[in-house]
Amino acid sequence: MYPADFAYYRASSVQDAGRLLSEHPGAKLLAGGHSLIPLLKLRLAVPPALIDVGRIADLSGISVASDRLRIGALTPHAEVAASSEVATHAAALADAAGQIGDPAVRNRGTVGGNIAHADPASDLPAVLCALDASIGIVGAGGDRTVSAGEFFLGMMTTALGEDEIVTHVEIHSGQEHGSAYAKFPHPASRFAVIGVAAVVTADGDTCRSAAVALGGLLPAPVRASHVEQAIGGQPLNEASITEAAARAGDDLGDEILGDVFASADYRQAMAPVYVARALTAAAARAR
Amino acid sequence: MATRLFGSGIRRREDPRLITGSATYTDDLALPGMVHAAMLRSPHAHATVGAINISRAQAAPGVLAVYTGKDTREGLQPMPCAWLVPDADLKVATYPCIATDTVRYVGDIVAVVVAEDCYQAYDALDLIDVEYDALPSVTNPAEAARAGAPQLHADVDKNQAFHWAVSGGDVDAAFKDAEVVVKERIVQQRLIPNAMEPRAAVAQYNQASGDLTLWNTTQNPHILRFLNSVVTGVPEDRARVIAPEVGGGFGSKIPVYPGEFITVFCAKQLGRPVKWNETRSENYQATTHGRDHVQEVELAAKKDGTITGLRCTVWAGMGAYLSTAAPGIPTILHGLMLPACYGIPAVKEDVYGVYTNTTPVEAYRGAGRPEATFMVERMVDRLAGEIGMDPADVRKKNLIAAFDDGHDTVTGLTYDSGDYPTALEKLLSHADYTALRTEQATARTSGRHIGLGLSTYVEMCGLGPSQVAGAIGFQGGLWESAIVRVHPTGKVHVFIGTSPHGQGEETTFAQIVADEIGVGADDVKVIHGDTDTTPMGWGTYGSRTTAVGGAALAKAARKVRDKAKVIAAHLLEAAVEDMEFVDGKYSVKGSPDKAKSLADVALMANVAWNMPADVEAGLEASTFYDPPNFTFPFGAHLAVVEVDPATGQVDLKRYVAIDDCGPQINPVIVEGQVHGGVVQGIGQALWEHAIYDDSGQLVTGSLLDYALPRAARLPEIEVLSTVTPSPHHPLGVKGIGEAGTIASTVAVYNAVMDALSPLGVEAIDMPFTPERVWRAIQQATKGH
Amino acid sequence: MKVPIDITINGRSYQRDVEPRQLLVHFIRDLGGLTGTKVGCDTSQCGSCTVLLDGVAVKSCTCLAVQADGASMTTIEGLADQGTLHPLQEAFWEKHGLQCGFCTPGMILASHELLRHNPDPSDADIRHGLEGNLCRCTGYQNIVRAVRHAADALAEK
Repeated sequence: MYPADFAYYRASSVQDAGRLLSEHPGAKLLAGGHSLIPLLKLRLAVPPALIDVGRIADLSGISVASDRLRIGALTPHAEVAASSEVATHAAALADAAGQIGDPAVRNRGTVGGNIAHADPASDLPAVLCALDASIGIVGAGGDRTVSAGEFFLGMMTTALGEDEIVTHVEIHSGQEHGSAYAKFPHPASRFAVIGVAAVVTADGDTCRSAAVALGGLLPAPVRASHVEQAIGGQPLNEASITEAAARAGDDLGDEILGDVFASADYRQAMAPVYVARALTAAAARAR
Repeated sequence: MATRLFGSGIRRREDPRLITGSATYTDDLALPGMVHAAMLRSPHAHATVGAINISRAQAAPGVLAVYTGKDTREGLQPMPCAWLVPDADLKVATYPCIATDTVRYVGDIVAVVVAEDCYQAYDALDLIDVEYDALPSVTNPAEAARAGAPQLHADVDKNQAFHWAVSGGDVDAAFKDAEVVVKERIVQQRLIPNAMEPRAAVAQYNQASGDLTLWNTTQNPHILRFLNSVVTGVPEDRARVIAPEVGGGFGSKIPVYPGEFITVFCAKQLGRPVKWNETRSENYQATTHGRDHVQEVELAAKKDGTITGLRCTVWAGMGAYLSTAAPGIPTILHGLMLPACYGIPAVKEDVYGVYTNTTPVEAYRGAGRPEATFMVERMVDRLAGEIGMDPADVRKKNLIAAFDDGHDTVTGLTYDSGDYPTALEKLLSHADYTALRTEQATARTSGRHIGLGLSTYVEMCGLGPSQVAGAIGFQGGLWESAIVRVHPTGKVHVFIGTSPHGQGEETTFAQIVADEIGVGADDVKVIHGDTDTTPMGWGTYGSRTTAVGGAALAKAARKVRDKAKVIAAHLLEAAVEDMEFVDGKYSVKGSPDKAKSLADVALMANVAWNMPADVEAGLEASTFYDPPNFTFPFGAHLAVVEVDPATGQVDLKRYVAIDDCGPQINPVIVEGQVHGGVVQGIGQALWEHAIYDDSGQLVTGSLLDYALPRAARLPEIEVLSTVTPSPHHPLGVKGIGEAGTIASTVAVYNAVMDALSPLGVEAIDMPFTPERVWRAIQQATKGH
Repeated sequence: MKVPIDITINGRSYQRDVEPRQLLVHFIRDLGGLTGTKVGCDTSQCGSCTVLLDGVAVKSCTCLAVQADGASMTTIEGLADQGTLHPLQEAFWEKHGLQCGFCTPGMILASHELLRHNPDPSDADIRHGLEGNLCRCTGYQNIVRAVRHAADALAEK
């Protein structure tokens, strides 16, 4: 496939990118390109200009400061998946990053690009919601931080303004909790038919608290509050996890996605199965 | 003792260029002045075409020309159908290269743009305005055959392209007397072949001389050259067709397509070389699909498991037009095989070929035989379930006993040789079937759903005697030819009419020749795929390249050997009757030191200083080999699966294949063919499905939606073999390209159904998507 | 408007003015002589276009040429060392890890990436590591064998 023509600008800094965005209405930001270029090739996106932010040095990398894990927007998924810091502080994120696309895709696709695109079948949004991550944004109106739960608004829709750029993701260090991601990949695209992230804090074999988020089957990820309440204070065994996971249906609302591979009914039925799998894996890491 | 190369798993001689990126596929060609074509395709499944405005496209940067169907009406004749199955009321609807009045599937071509580069050509496509008036459409063959269905072609009643029937034995009696009858409605879902190389064409036309060179991703360049003359009007003698490196075909590169001929048309008009290459998504619309049967099947049997009859009706989707060989596939290559490896004594089948608003359907690996094997093998398992007998025992009871020189079937075929019971026994013992059944029973007690699936098959390949080809309406011969030319240095050129595209005949054919005339495999260069340099041949499909082309080659090589013997006798001053060919040398019997190598003989033959009387100079021979019969490979496969009842996901845990393709020229290559074939069949069972929605849009329109087998979802395939030579083939070989695919789909199907049998699940349409399996489990368990 | 770029491929520098929309795979294939990198799909699924970009495997169909400006790349043509096949090339040949050969350049470079991260992979590791590459001919089995064989050969070096 062959993209339509566009103008190309290379941003030297976040500020430069912001300036270019305001100068070129309708322009799209280009990072790794693994969400955008497929759309350009199919001519489903025909932007007048691309602003390449891929070379802005300080947007990439993983660091831990005090109790915060910070991941730069340009950090490729492969780096997240392989990072010992991420594995220690946010294991579910490492799980998910390691299941995006395939190795070559993970080498180029970036965290910032992925979440700004907000594909409902993407893996990271649900994980960031469960981990209660905050998303750093820079724009003409200044810097701001948005929680993941408030960032993902709907199908490919985020809280990001026209002239704003995602700079990083921050996650509260989770050495005391266990987290995991359970995914039902589509056999062709390998996107998530369902992806469930769970974060469990345990007192021995008892769940002190849990955060569960579902992705893949909804326009935007949701926290499974009924499940979270049901498992809180319960023993982390198969019976109580299964019972709590069964509440997932109450958290899904009525916008469940379906396609020829997996209908909405089927995805709804699978939600408790994957919630239980994610909780079980997270619990094992929490102990 | 010279090592015999036949039977040796030597490394492939094709590979050095392929592993270094130095091979040349069609899309790799760049000719001076070359320009690029892109096709505008219908977004509607069925519509009348009104005004087409090309003026903006014509004015776009880099555009040389835009042509619509009006422009090509004179220069491009309708697409030919070349398998006119007789006695079938065949109706070949007009198939224009570029649609003029009506489009009949999403992907039908309505215009072509030629521009300096691909990007510009695609830009210009966006600037063409076409007025469409949408018409009702139909994509399911059984529905298209019903009264009141939307009609595709004014001159084809009920969308019926043909009605073909086959029968043998007394089927009515078999069913009247049957103690057990099992029935099933089976859907052989539509598949997309997905050769990794999309199709491409480069056409170069000299307007002064009238000479055309067409490079194309074809499995049969000689057939393309002929049909090109019919469609584009470039006479056969002025056209050179070259199949350079071809990246797989699996049947989809047998037919001729409008795209190639439009490319030729553009090159003729513009006097510049034109390249057209399809994108993958375009391939999904424009390149032929496979299978697409709805089958209603009944099997009659006795309570002791003896199969007495098979009766079925098949609606075979043909797509919007008949592709080149399409009518022969659900008929000749399908119905004649229904007696299967059991020699079923009474068989009756009605096949309705149906036009639908879809991409044309053609041969896809196995072509008709997987669909036949599936029906029979599925019904055998249903019978086993019905009478409470193990499926292995039902098969043992019915398999034809070993034979080495012919078994006649009620559909008029004569299987050449076979030992089906031994293949099954070997399979059961290697896999330890009894232990697997015990393991399955134990697993069931703990709520795990493990299933075993068997498939025993025989197939017909090595197509085929030309006299038969004529009788069954194939518009060509099915012989093959080969030329063996020995140069003065003893190096050998082999020219073949078939056109391998990944199967490895540059290696296996060198092995054949090396043994036959006494050279090393590296001394033999196999040349194929260029109609100007190779002898006429009918192409590579139907597992026929080795079965027919290899036979031609062996015979040509033997002619060379006979002549070499005469010359060697002369040089050694011996009588020809006293000569023998031993250890790759031409020697006097009893005097192995009095010997000449092929190089010695070749030098003399080529300089011709001292030749025997009445012997021509040169050392070269050619043959035309027309096989006396088809060949009939066979085998037995076993799949072991586990189904996760919570999600419906199927895990293929083990796969064992035993295939008998006769003596193996190169067992490593044979094993590779089995691996690939088996996995393609597994793909049909578990993942692959071309789905059209109600408006005729191909929903699985790219690799994002159409699931191909991937490495991580597959077990190691265990490959074994038995060896039963074909009595009529000069080397005894039968063919192995399609066997794996023919056997494996139903083996996996039977395994999944076996896993679910305690739940009472009887049928699930393929592929076994998790949702389909889960739903079937839900419905069955609710019913209890 | 065209953009000047400078990309080093297999040790040779290529300075060209390109349209920003040009895909990296087309840039490579249009240079003349470097057509080993294949286009097998249009949705980043098949991996036939895999190349090494600054030593890392990427799908060159999902990368703009302008993004690779200044990078150093290896394509299948650059994998052999002065005529000596890379152990992965040898292994694909030895283990019959290819049939039609179209996916092979991408498959070899994806295998290169796999062994870079995991020099001693299990069969399951290999199968998972090649999840971004499609082959329609081999059923993957001999590809798995080839990668395992190459891993052993590289370990002996």
